[in-house]
Amino acid sequence: MPHSSQLRIVIVGHVDHGKSTLIGRLLNDTGSLPDGKVDQVQEMSRKRGMPFEWSFVMDALQAERDQGITIDTTQIHFKTAQRPYVIIDAPGHAEFLKNMVTGASQADAAILVIDAAEGALEQSRRHAFLLHLLGVRQVAVAVNKMDRVDFDEARFQAVEQEIRAYLGELGVTPTAVIPVAARHGDNIAGPSDKAPWYSGPTVVQALDAFMPSRAPLDQALRFPIQDVYKPDDRRILAGRIESGRLRVGDTLHFAPTGESATIVTIEAWNHPETVLSAGAGQSIGITLDKRLFVERGHVGFHREQAPKLAHTLSVRLFWLVSRPLAVGDTLTLKIATAEHRVTVDSITAVIDIEDLSATPGKAIHRNEVAEVVFRSRRPIPVDEASDLSRTGRGVLIDGYDVVGGCIVLEADEAVATANLHAVAHAVTVEERAAANGHTGGILWFTGLSGAGKSTLAMALERVLFDRGWQVFVLDGDGVRGGLNAGLGFSLDDRAENIRRVAEAAKLFADAGMVVITSLISPLASDRARARVIGGQRFHEVHVAADLATCEARDPKGLYAKARAGDIPDFTGISSPYEAPENPEVTIDTGTLPQADALAALVDYVERTFGNGAATRRLA
Amino acid sequence: MNDLDQLESQSIYILREAYHSIDRMALLWSIGKDSNALLWLCRKAFFGRVPFPVVQLDTDMELPEVYEFRDRIAREWDLDLRVEHCPPESEMDPTLPPNTRAAARKTVGLRNLLDRGNYQGVVVGIRRDEQATRAKERIFSPRTLDGAWDVKDQPAEFWDHYKTRFAEGTHVRIHPLLAWTEMDIWRYSKREDIPIVPLYFSRNGKRYRSLGEKNITFPVDSNASTIDEIIAELAVTRVSERAGRTMDNESEDSFERLRSSGYM
Repeated sequence: MPHSSQLRIVIVGHVDHGKSTLIGRLLNDTGSLPDGKVDQVQEMSRKRGMPFEWSFVMDALQAERDQGITIDTTQIHFKTAQRPYVIIDAPGHAEFLKNMVTGASQADAAILVIDAAEGALEQSRRHAFLLHLLGVRQVAVAVNKMDRVDFDEARFQAVEQEIRAYLGELGVTPTAVIPVAARHGDNIAGPSDKAPWYSGPTVVQALDAFMPSRAPLDQALRFPIQDVYKPDDRRILAGRIESGRLRVGDTLHFAPTGESATIVTIEAWNHPETVLSAGAGQSIGITLDKRLFVERGHVGFHREQAPKLAHTLSVRLFWLVSRPLAVGDTLTLKIATAEHRVTVDSITAVIDIEDLSATPGKAIHRNEVAEVVFRSRRPIPVDEASDLSRTGRGVLIDGYDVVGGCIVLEADEAVATANLHAVAHAVTVEERAAANGHTGGILWFTGLSGAGKSTLAMALERVLFDRGWQVFVLDGDGVRGGLNAGLGFSLDDRAENIRRVAEAAKLFADAGMVVITSLISPLASDRARARVIGGQRFHEVHVAADLATCEARDPKGLYAKARAGDIPDFTGISSPYEAPENPEVTIDTGTLPQADALAALVDYVERTFGNGAATRRLA
Repeated sequence: MNDLDQLESQSIYILREAYHSIDRMALLWSIGKDSNALLWLCRKAFFGRVPFPVVQLDTDMELPEVYEFRDRIAREWDLDLRVEHCPPESEMDPTLPPNTRAAARKTVGLRNLLDRGNYQGVVVGIRRDEQATRAKERIFSPRTLDGAWDVKDQPAEFWDHYKTRFAEGTHVRIHPLLAWTEMDIWRYSKREDIPIVPLYFSRNGKRYRSLGEKNITFPVDSNASTIDEIIAELAVTRVSERAGRTMDNESEDSFERLRSSGYM
């Protein structure tokens, strides 16, 4: 027997307009209820002194049956002659909006249930708005309880007109507007003889007319990394392709690091044939031809279709918790697998669900929908929702909880110039810079052992200090004894050593100091990570002396020991040094006398971090 | 991608999210068809190995075929199997109906395991279509300090973002199979050739449709003796999957009470 893919339908609408009843009836009239269920519901209804209550088919919780309302979303499977469905029941009560969102977000299409006598009340409108925001674009409307208005055609038309106008403003055209009496089965599975004036589809026909959602295979590739696994000597980047396709042999670029490598394999377990390509919706793992700094949250893409790297995001959001969201609040925005700290810069519009009018505001309250500008210190790889919906939306997390969701209307790549620090600290970046006479920053010295990193670093520290600068050297050997005392010399531990130094350096820079790090840091991937941590204030200084020069100097006698085999994995001898491709500064100590090298560095530092530099940059 | 590919991919995504965000995690293996499929999905997600402990809550009341199957698979798949013996029925809440009380042993066994192993997450192979309260579940379903399920206040869960942060001392149930149906599990088991306890296949006109303890689970009438025949049977049956589970049907809310206090 063929298994056509099931369609997921959410039933939404105002509380008490009959969503659960409609579902109960739908299941019954399509023969989808197991034997004994109707008897069970009969018994539950009798116990509560009620006539037969269809909603008890869905409302599984004791409290739901006792209070006669749906509290949480539920899902139930049923079939029409055409295909299988999952029906998602979403609560209509304002109290349970987060449950409605949970249910509706999973749907391919929706049925909006509206009471014929009451029309589109607040929650009907809110649900319609949220459906759109959640990405559910196919909507049919069931105007229910037509029996209460004697199947009056004029009343039906009034309700139909009202809801069509409202949906129209959201950019939604309903696929059908159907007069039904769910309790009695009118226009559910079969046509109703009580509304001869209606010739449109029944609810079942409207369901069968919905189109299944399609995986966005033809859009730009977005491969957000979920995790990195090392099951053996393989290093597998695992994740799900959110849009587009990738193939073995493709050059994959990564945001936000900008690194790239070639896909060597698509890994699969218990798969007889070699996998050569994969597309949207597939959870996969790949290996690359070189070891990059790639971690959870980084996004793989093809160069010609890159995501934006945004510092400013305009979003439309819905807010689910009682604590309001205010201008200046900082929280976590999670897009695909990446988490970013963002600050509310402004609330440009709070949307009135009744008439869709918008007014600027200072705070967003529970269940409200608003447009907001977020700022981030670090660049966020993101798309605009109108281009790529799956990487153009995210959830907002505060503390332990998901507190809202948003879609990205506009992503601005310009660096945020607002005082992001002002929110977290009483002392701003500018104040620190004014007091110190320079901004904070990181000078990341990399080079072979014996290239002269430490010597230069200490000399530079002396000169800058004597000129009144806030400056400090973070020496590789120094941190090994304290901050990183627990780390060994495995590949992972070395990477962690560097990561911690980068984080510590960032704190120094935040505090307004110029920090000079002095570590061999031989791998480009480790330095790329340090650059991501340090952001714009990270300046790579390649202390370049060739191997022969360093080995001839051998100030600590390490090269001799390494040559004798006494030190395993010694950089330059038995493990690689990957020279920086685009360092901000290169100092060749093999050719340049130390005084000249130092003068060049001092000059660079003053140009880059001095207060004169700041004014020049702004001008 | 067909419908099974989609379900598989989604479950793998969930397992990887859980493995990344939960520090100490274990998988509950009932040795039934669903948790067998779940183990299989773990091996797919993590490229051949199951990178966390696999726990069986043992009431010493399973059928002998189940124990035999458990030991063979644990060996062949190189599982880190931990058997947790559940306390006796006499220690259960006496206000529960008798068969529900028998089932509650697993709840207490699980609680003991969580206390002792200090697990923050437990992967469980329940499905929405099995039972109405399970249909209300979240994929990442937080539990309170005493292991209870606060069904009236569940977290928002949308766009594949799950609740992965928790207060100290609480734990989370992870349900990667929530969207699967009984039929999906059988079709997938057939496609992937996943090993199955032979009790699911008909012998003398009876088979187990759902495997539970021998004192509270009974075989149903069936002549289906292959997966194909089971699939054909399911396509036309109007009997619910858990009809052979006595604890579900003792009182209107017996299963809800079990689940609220921590049953799977």
